[in-house]
Amino acid sequence: MASRTLPEIAAKLEAGDRLDEADALALLTADDLIGLGELADRTNRRRNGDRVFFNVNRHINPTNVCVNRCRFCAFSRSPGQEGAYTLGRDEVLARAAEADRAGATELHIVGGLHPDLPFGWYRDLVAEIHERFPRLHIKGFTAVEIDHLARMGGGSAERVLLELRDAGLGSLPGGGAELLPEPVRSRICPEKIPGARWLEIMEIAHGLGLRSNATMLYGHVERPEDRVEHLRMLRNLQDRTGGFQAFIPLAFQPLHSDLGRGRGTTGFDDLRALATARLYLDNFRHIKAYWVMLGEKVAQVSLHFGVNDLDGTVVEEKIAHEAGATSRGALTRDELMALIEEAGRVPVERDTLYRPVVRRGTHWTVAEGRA
Amino acid sequence: MSRVGRSEALELLREAPLLELGRRADGARQRLHPDGLVTFVVDRNINFTNVCTCQCRFCAFYRRPEDPDGYVLTHDEVLAKIEELVACGGTQVLMQGGLHPDLPLEWFEDLFRKIKARFPQVQNHSLSPAEITHLARISGRTVAETLKRLRDAGLDSVPGGGAEVLVDRVRREISPNKIGWRRWMEVMEEAHHQGMPTTATLMFGATETDEDLVDHLLRIRALQDRTAGFTAFIPWTFQPDRTELGRAEGIRKTGAVRYLRVLALARIVLDNVPNLQASWVTQGDKIAQVALRFGANDMGGTMLEENVVAATGVRFRLDRDRLVTLIRDAGFVPAQRTTTYEVLKVFSP
Repeated sequence: MASRTLPEIAAKLEAGDRLDEADALALLTADDLIGLGELADRTNRRRNGDRVFFNVNRHINPTNVCVNRCRFCAFSRSPGQEGAYTLGRDEVLARAAEADRAGATELHIVGGLHPDLPFGWYRDLVAEIHERFPRLHIKGFTAVEIDHLARMGGGSAERVLLELRDAGLGSLPGGGAELLPEPVRSRICPEKIPGARWLEIMEIAHGLGLRSNATMLYGHVERPEDRVEHLRMLRNLQDRTGGFQAFIPLAFQPLHSDLGRGRGTTGFDDLRALATARLYLDNFRHIKAYWVMLGEKVAQVSLHFGVNDLDGTVVEEKIAHEAGATSRGALTRDELMALIEEAGRVPVERDTLYRPVVRRGTHWTVAEGRA
Repeated sequence: MSRVGRSEALELLREAPLLELGRRADGARQRLHPDGLVTFVVDRNINFTNVCTCQCRFCAFYRRPEDPDGYVLTHDEVLAKIEELVACGGTQVLMQGGLHPDLPLEWFEDLFRKIKARFPQVQNHSLSPAEITHLARISGRTVAETLKRLRDAGLDSVPGGGAEVLVDRVRREISPNKIGWRRWMEVMEEAHHQGMPTTATLMFGATETDEDLVDHLLRIRALQDRTAGFTAFIPWTFQPDRTELGRAEGIRKTGAVRYLRVLALARIVLDNVPNLQASWVTQGDKIAQVALRFGANDMGGTMLEENVVAATGVRFRLDRDRLVTLIRDAGFVPAQRTTTYEVLKVFSP
């Protein structure tokens, strides 16, 4: 198959035609980085203008004990292994209280698949956080954790999601997608739920009114064709449910994991992944640069390559840093805003559901209407 | 094509969208380097002393003469470092240091002669205009005589450091004891006349205005019109951590978007300087790679050793294999070069 050229793809975009997988492949491997950026930037700005979202959130990783042994992961520990930890209920609540006091709008809660913590522990934890800090949006538990909790006494994935929703869960993060298609998935995370199951759980969540994100882990053993297939699977589900808010490509951090080329992604890789997502995932409103993995510099430049969301004022990030990410653990709100402004864009703080936040210090309210 | 003047350059810097700057700079790069080669040199920076009477406010490397952790390398230590460089296929040694009050011109002549005798294949790319002026002063000679003696002892070319911003108001603010912009230019012009090529640098993101940046580029361009002695231009960003200037003025680190804008503008304005270097030392390897589509055609050196930027706490690492991978991945052909940009080895695309 002759590869598509950027002018051909530009013509399709101008005509309002949907890009196909051959287009996505050409974009993902384009040498003309500026041309790719121009297409992605135009598309993004038609949709989102000059505004770039960020949010003030806190990550909580309740445990690093995990029965899966994904080969790209430097965070997980076996039960009893040196460095294994599980936070107590009070420790989680103390972190939530701190986040609430500091004016965070969101808790991002993800952790390992612990073999002994029953579903009820999580449900009660969510309920207690929600009761004590009702303004904090709880974005928690990847589809992989939902599947695990179903087997830890929760019954079905649907029941787990229903009970968590009723306890106060606000939405789901997009983690655990890694790379959905086989055979790559089995090579990088053989014990993890299959890609089809990940999509199924997202579909159930969307059906229950829970929104979610979607991620893609790239830069390890996959080919560009695998990435395109991953994007195709996400776009198809989004056509049916509309429940995904943001797409977040995650650059593989090779330093302390036993997988991959050992060197990590290049600047071109990162910008191509984001720009291609903006153009091919036409049914995703938000393309997010996760600066913890990309570094602040690439994240800032990506605001000209289709990105309209910069995550976040992450406090206490553990997962990427265990893998060797060299970015700082947290950026302040001012630093994040300066990063966006220096790029020539307008920073807008959002809540988890992309409503603009009006803030004075640690006090905040949600502006009327959706962004 | 008509030349970009001051007002157009200012407008580009202030108003042009990032990708438009990149598009124009990439076109200019393509016209100057249609072969698609992206080059690098295998080199080592040797900082023979950190003792410095200049004490620039942006510098985290220098020590005062009375400080206990000041050092001066012996000639044997310098030679041992060059031996290591040669063992890993290096071709360039870049020696710079503080303005030491007691190291005489003869110390350098002697060292350079030893280097040429033992390592005739190594290119000696050393001493910035501030150091050459300092050596002229303490030896009671003219800059021309000093350069001639150094050249006769084995100096091949002069790096473009110490330019910072070539506007005296800025220099008074950030490096009050350093030579002014005219003296910097005079040293470079004299080096060019004596047949020694040089590079030119720019350190931005401190206290300069947009106008200052543009004037810096235009001053380099004007000298280059007369001498054609600059081989390359190398912009980088001020690294404020651990510096007096960073602390006193509360200056934030310049971001990657500003870096790419200034880099692209340099490619557009400096139509007579053949090569433009990306600065992985200050930007990291990812942005240095992206810079190849914003006008840069050279990745600088692999730098077996680098101490000056590292003193601010910024430590990016890059080896030859990674460099080759980055260049290929950006769609270019990697090539190892000499100090004067002759291609030594072309890597497969």
